[in-house]
Amino acid sequence: MSRAGPVRLSRLSRLRRDPGKAGVGSGVGGGAGGGAAGGADDQAMVRLLREGDEGAFMALVARHHGPMVRLARTYVQSDASAEEVAQEAWLGLLRGIHSFEGRSSVRTWLFRILVNQAKTRGVRERRAASEPLFAPLFEPAVETAVGADRFGPLGSWSTPPLPWPAPPDPAVAAETLAVVSEAISALPPRQRQVMSLRDVHGFTAAEVCDLLELTDANQRVLLHRARARVRGRLEAYFEEVGG
Amino acid sequence: MSPSPDLSCQELVELVTEYLEGALPARERARLESHLRGCGACAGYLDQMRHTIRVSGRLSPDDITSAQHDALIDVFRRWKAG
Repeated sequence: MSRAGPVRLSRLSRLRRDPGKAGVGSGVGGGAGGGAAGGADDQAMVRLLREGDEGAFMALVARHHGPMVRLARTYVQSDASAEEVAQEAWLGLLRGIHSFEGRSSVRTWLFRILVNQAKTRGVRERRAASEPLFAPLFEPAVETAVGADRFGPLGSWSTPPLPWPAPPDPAVAAETLAVVSEAISALPPRQRQVMSLRDVHGFTAAEVCDLLELTDANQRVLLHRARARVRGRLEAYFEEVGG
Repeated sequence: MSPSPDLSCQELVELVTEYLEGALPARERARLESHLRGCGACAGYLDQMRHTIRVSGRLSPDDITSAQHDALIDVFRRWKAG
């Protein structure tokens, strides 16, 4: 039954980048449960799904459904809509499983189905309201990582960042997670998509560019703005608890 | 204050993501690293950015609710039944 042979496997592993390392010098851990839908694991998963293994399907659901609903929500108008789109995507995965050729990871394929359906749905919902799916990509055109008032006339720090408590006590650590989670939720949709996929779920830059149809450079600008906003929010939080 | 007259702190903070993504040309990267070696505030800023990314990576995906679980089991069983 398995149409995926060793040739597919090598093609797959070439496509796959190390998911745990977001970039040179970053030393960033992979996203929680993001996991690389890896070559061998993917092969096994595809085989199980083709055999109709419910446990394997639900394991995949447990890993990806939450992130899928969140991503869908950036396209559609309601939580209920996002939930429906994610369910449709799962059905799309199942219906396509016998013809899946393994040119991408299962995860990338699944999220591509999701984004396509969410986009279609989002456009339909907005057509009624006659507004575009997203605001222009970079608005405002210039958004600085740190407020200009923090620098002197020559561009050196006048109000440098204060050190953060390290290592934080457990209560602060839990609170820190909540602050970051809220800060990400509050990002503009395109920034939220990119930072969630990259930093929370551990997708590679290439996967995100492919899914969201962004150029490398645009993906980086969105990630930059998103991370800068979240860092700023954390900084404000540490000032509150520290002062 | 800036040890590198051609790269200010204000410019550096805008290059941090390109740096972490490995997208800076070698010369730019060297310039940035030289600035970092002489500027504790910018080194601190970079550390905070890394910390922010690390914390983001520790956010756990939401557990699915039992309603979601049941709905997806249903999707699966209907698909399997053909």
